[in-house]
Amino acid sequence: MTELTLVQAVNRGLHEAMKADPDVLVLGEDVGVNGGVFRATEGLFKEFGGDRVIDTPLSETGIVGTAIGMALYGLKPVAEIQFLDFIYPAFDQIVSELAKFRYRSGGQYPCHVVIRTPYGGGIKGGLYHSQSTEAYFCHTAGLKVIVPSTPADAKGLLLTAIHDEDPVIFLEPKRIYRAVTGEVPDGDVRVPFGVARTVREGSDVSLFAYGAMVPPTTEAAEALAQEGISAEVIDLRSLVPLDEPAIVASVEKTGRAVVVHEAARFCGFGGEVAALLAEKAFYSLKAPIARVTGYDTPFPYALENLYLPNAATIADTARTTVKAG
Amino acid sequence: MAESTASTGTPPRAPASASTLTTAEVVAAYRWMVLARVTDERCLSLQRQGRIGFYAPLQGQEAAQVGIATALRPEDWVFPAYRELAVALTRGVDLQEVVDQLYGNAADLIKGRQMPNHFGFREQHFVVASSPIGTQITQAVGAAMAARRRGDAIVTASFFGDGATSSNDFHAGLNFAGVFRVPTIFFCQNNQWAISLPREKQTRSATLAEKASAYGFPGVVVDGNDLRAVVRVVAEARERAVTGGGPTLIEAQVYRFGPHSTSDDPKRYRSEAELEAAKKRDPVLGLQHELRANGVLTEAADAQIWDEAKARLAHAIEVAEQRPPVAPTSFLEDVFARPTPRLEEERATLERLLAAGTVRP
Repeated sequence: MTELTLVQAVNRGLHEAMKADPDVLVLGEDVGVNGGVFRATEGLFKEFGGDRVIDTPLSETGIVGTAIGMALYGLKPVAEIQFLDFIYPAFDQIVSELAKFRYRSGGQYPCHVVIRTPYGGGIKGGLYHSQSTEAYFCHTAGLKVIVPSTPADAKGLLLTAIHDEDPVIFLEPKRIYRAVTGEVPDGDVRVPFGVARTVREGSDVSLFAYGAMVPPTTEAAEALAQEGISAEVIDLRSLVPLDEPAIVASVEKTGRAVVVHEAARFCGFGGEVAALLAEKAFYSLKAPIARVTGYDTPFPYALENLYLPNAATIADTARTTVKAG
Repeated sequence: MAESTASTGTPPRAPASASTLTTAEVVAAYRWMVLARVTDERCLSLQRQGRIGFYAPLQGQEAAQVGIATALRPEDWVFPAYRELAVALTRGVDLQEVVDQLYGNAADLIKGRQMPNHFGFREQHFVVASSPIGTQITQAVGAAMAARRRGDAIVTASFFGDGATSSNDFHAGLNFAGVFRVPTIFFCQNNQWAISLPREKQTRSATLAEKASAYGFPGVVVDGNDLRAVVRVVAEARERAVTGGGPTLIEAQVYRFGPHSTSDDPKRYRSEAELEAAKKRDPVLGLQHELRANGVLTEAADAQIWDEAKARLAHAIEVAEQRPPVAPTSFLEDVFARPTPRLEEERATLERLLAAGTVRP
């Protein structure tokens, strides 16, 4: 075990995967000499050289398109997109190509690319350094979508992503890149996809969150406990594939559900969780399912603290839900 | 050809000079061209008869396609667009496999997942095509980077048309290839029309090949109706690529005789006179005329080539039409390496609907 920040854990995961397998390589903007704008690839260039830690021209479609070609040929590329907000020039490559290669070739051409990208608000990044648009990718068949919230999960899920056989969109909560530290297992310890993590158990209400929303959700649960409300916190961490049994089982126990994400509410991932519960846990529900989310606006700069859910707004909604029935 | 034109901006035009092919190789190429022509004509009518759902013809591009496929080696990787039927055949893909894909039947290697012409054949390193324009260009660049990393002395070749030179991935792909000096060939079949948009409205550049100079590597224009010229420029580009000299953009100038696809009518946007003028330089009939005039093929031998092609195709169609359809639940496979629990659930739903007769394929 080593105490690491989340971004250090990402770096450790990349380093160990590259050391173990010469087919693993990293490409992206400023990932080489500069070690990445968030330092996620720090030290890799020095150790593995420019052939495996590739500084690319400034083109997201170029990064993902070439990564796809590398993967078709048998390498295991890990592409970095500097911010999720800048991924859209590569959207065609991701949704039309990467997601569909295995399918459209009848299984002849699997295409295993990992795309790492920092996402989310709370860093005074304004419109174009703050967004949380995981739903676009969850909506596209053929992509796995992973969002760690702890250093141990960041490394363990990244190792699973690199050794998976399918394309993975790996969303890193940049707001807690350094704000969170934790014990991280040494070596090739992988965290499986499709398994939610119970952060704390509770009996009155289930709080579902992922990524940077897990710490304020946990904080809200602690505050609620002071008031005698027992909140269960589930870190979804793997949006596709989703641990549906864990979500259903939690609500069967608590009878109440609050889904938290910083993405805009309309057609956000919380809608899918709410629909799942309506379909599979309806008769366990004692109160309406609630969502605490970003607003249905572009991401604001000066007033981002009002836009983002926090422990107080999460606790407020949880209280209302518990009182409702 | 052809010194590097990176500094001049004006691409050389490859001369129609002595062939690097033996007579036997030219006749072999001619056979592929005839098979492609015969297949093309028949498939247009199969679509009109409702026997296949769609078709994107390649008539007018046979010499360009068979030419590059002749010059590439089996170990090279092809990243096609959706018009590369003659490339597939020349690379040794079984005609039956091509026809099965057009029908989307149970033998279709891609399991009926895509429209006709969007095939892929892993054994022949013929990567599965898609419909979005230009996306294969960056992918071919990445595969070439991977091949070099593995130490494989191969090239990748991306196929695209004049329209794709306006796409994001054309710019990104050529730029990456120039920066990383990648062993790849960009093979642009300029067939003069991107559906209804003529070549001169696609770009103000005098040629498409000259765009290579901005990326720092050679571009060359070649008469795509001249089989030997195509073979030679591709062979030169290939040699340069595998010896560390980097990429080449080849603009093969051809003319699309047919519609963009069976979904459009070219009479709406181009004149019959233009088409008739272009057909005077028909690559298949031109080579036929030459081989007959030179005495390489007698009238009888030539007729036999055409008859054999028609017979092979007729047989492949007959077989394809007798094959069973794809299994009704097969569309739920290959989304991921292993189905997610959700996909398993959806399969169970579909099976129930099928069993009850609520839905039919």
